[in-house]
Amino acid sequence: MVKITFIQPDGTAQTVTAEEGLTVMEAAKMADVPGIDAECGGACACATCHVYVDAGWREKTGAPSDMEEDMLDFAFDVREESRLCCQIKVTAALDGLVLRVPAKQF
Amino acid sequence: MNAVEPAAGAGPIETDVVIIGAGPCGLFAVFELGLLDLKCHVVDILGKPGGQCSELYPEKPIYDVPALPIVTGQELTDRLLEQIKPFNPVFHFGERIDALAREPDGRFIMTTDDAKQFRAKVVVIAAGGGSFTPKRPPLDGIEAYEGTSVFYSVRRMEDFRGKDVLVVGGGDSALDWTLNLQPLARSLTLLHRRDDFRGAPHSVNEMRRLVDEGKVRLMIGQMTGLDGDAGTLQTVTVKTAGGEEKIVIDAMLPFFGLTMKLGPIADWGINLNENLIPVDTEKFETSEKGIFAIGDINTYPGKLKLILSGFHEAALMAQAAQKIVYPDKKVVFQYTTSSSSLQKKLGVK
Ligand SMILES: Cc1cc2nc3c(=O)[nH]c(=O)nc-3n(C[C@H](O)[C@H](O)[C@H](O)COP(=O)(O)OP(=O)(O)OC[C@H]3O[C@@H](n4cnc5c(N)ncnc54)[C@H](O)[C@@H]3O)c2cc1C
Ligand code: FES
Repeated sequence: MVKITFIQPDGTAQTVTAEEGLTVMEAAKMADVPGIDAECGGACACATCHVYVDAGWREKTGAPSDMEEDMLDFAFDVREESRLCCQIKVTAALDGLVLRVPAKQF
Repeated sequence: MNAVEPAAGAGPIETDVVIIGAGPCGLFAVFELGLLDLKCHVVDILGKPGGQCSELYPEKPIYDVPALPIVTGQELTDRLLEQIKPFNPVFHFGERIDALAREPDGRFIMTTDDAKQFRAKVVVIAAGGGSFTPKRPPLDGIEAYEGTSVFYSVRRMEDFRGKDVLVVGGGDSALDWTLNLQPLARSLTLLHRRDDFRGAPHSVNEMRRLVDEGKVRLMIGQMTGLDGDAGTLQTVTVKTAGGEEKIVIDAMLPFFGLTMKLGPIADWGINLNENLIPVDTEKFETSEKGIFAIGDINTYPGKLKLILSGFHEAALMAQAAQKIVYPDKKVVFQYTTSSSSLQKKLGVK
């Protein structure tokens, strides 16, 4: 099991255990992480699973694909460290990953 | 539900069934109702058929539609349109059903946001997750400016003549309105988070030409705040690579796609449960006789929000709808494979 920590805008941290092969969004939904709405169920069609990848982890999570970049146009306060977490696959290499939930989603 | 007096004047469009929503379930309902000789008008706030399939995921594959191992959202829509063609449904796109009420004779009268009226014996609500509505940027106080300085669509281009206009977004809507309003506006600024646009290549080229000619100002950045006075927007704060900048404008047009909101359905006097319409599983009828609900909008024990479930619901609903429109007709169960009368309706005989 891979551990992933979500930090809310107010600083509260929640660590969830995720099964390899799932997406980070699925792991967040199963643990009811607030602020990850994921309205489209992971189809990269809604941008309501927007997260900021903590410094130090960005190389491991990689850059968004073209499709994900297009979808990020529909997110609010997009930064260099922005990702749609339904597009991040849980792998052993991500054990300890830290993600920040944005203050506002569309 | 309140009873209303019959409308006066030119009179509503008369039909057997009005289907609210042209998503996959609304489209397939035309087929099942058509086989039973019921004529349909279909209304959707979107400018095109297909609902979620064509608006949210036209290019994405669906793997669980029976007998179609793989089909994209748009292909499914196109195939449904082909399948229902023999029944000549009348579509009303870009219109939302705002009001629904029962008349003294038991029929229903519906009114759109364009004041178009329909009178029908049966209503099928196939409204999915509700009306597609533009997404509102989560900026503090934006509601106060909506309709006065912030617009999600353009009703009259003339309203923007001589104004300082800000268009925000990177898709076709943002590009089209940049190109259309630039000749009228006093100044036009296009704001997008990156220097890459999703719109049609020729619109992107046209926009870049106007930028080169100094007719459009292109800003790469994102909105962070709004300032104004008594419902009138004055400045928008934009964060760019170079820092924050306040730009002075008269009107802002943000284009961040669409989301589904229940909308006017809540005001029709139908029982709702957490924004869904409870129905029985025999007829998929709502708390109001003659008003059915199929597809994503309904709920019942065991409900699955799947396209195939909505198709099944459409078939059973149609049997009950026929009994309302043709109370005296004896219903004979028939297969499309072997019934010559069904095949005649389908135009294959
Ligand atoms: C990304 C994604 C992937 C999916 N993948 C699958 C899949 O693989 N398999 C599957 O079975 N399902 C899938 N679904 C779900 C499927 O798309 C829905 O179940 C289906 O679209 C529901 O169809 P519908 O006809 O009930 O409603 P919708 O498709 O939601 O259409 C409803 C329409 O009604 C209109 N409307 C609502 N209120 C009004 C009003 N008052 N006036 C006028 N118009 C109105 C709306 O604008 C909308 O166009 C997916 C959904 C998404 C978002
Ligand atoms: S869940 Fe919709 S884009 Fe990620």
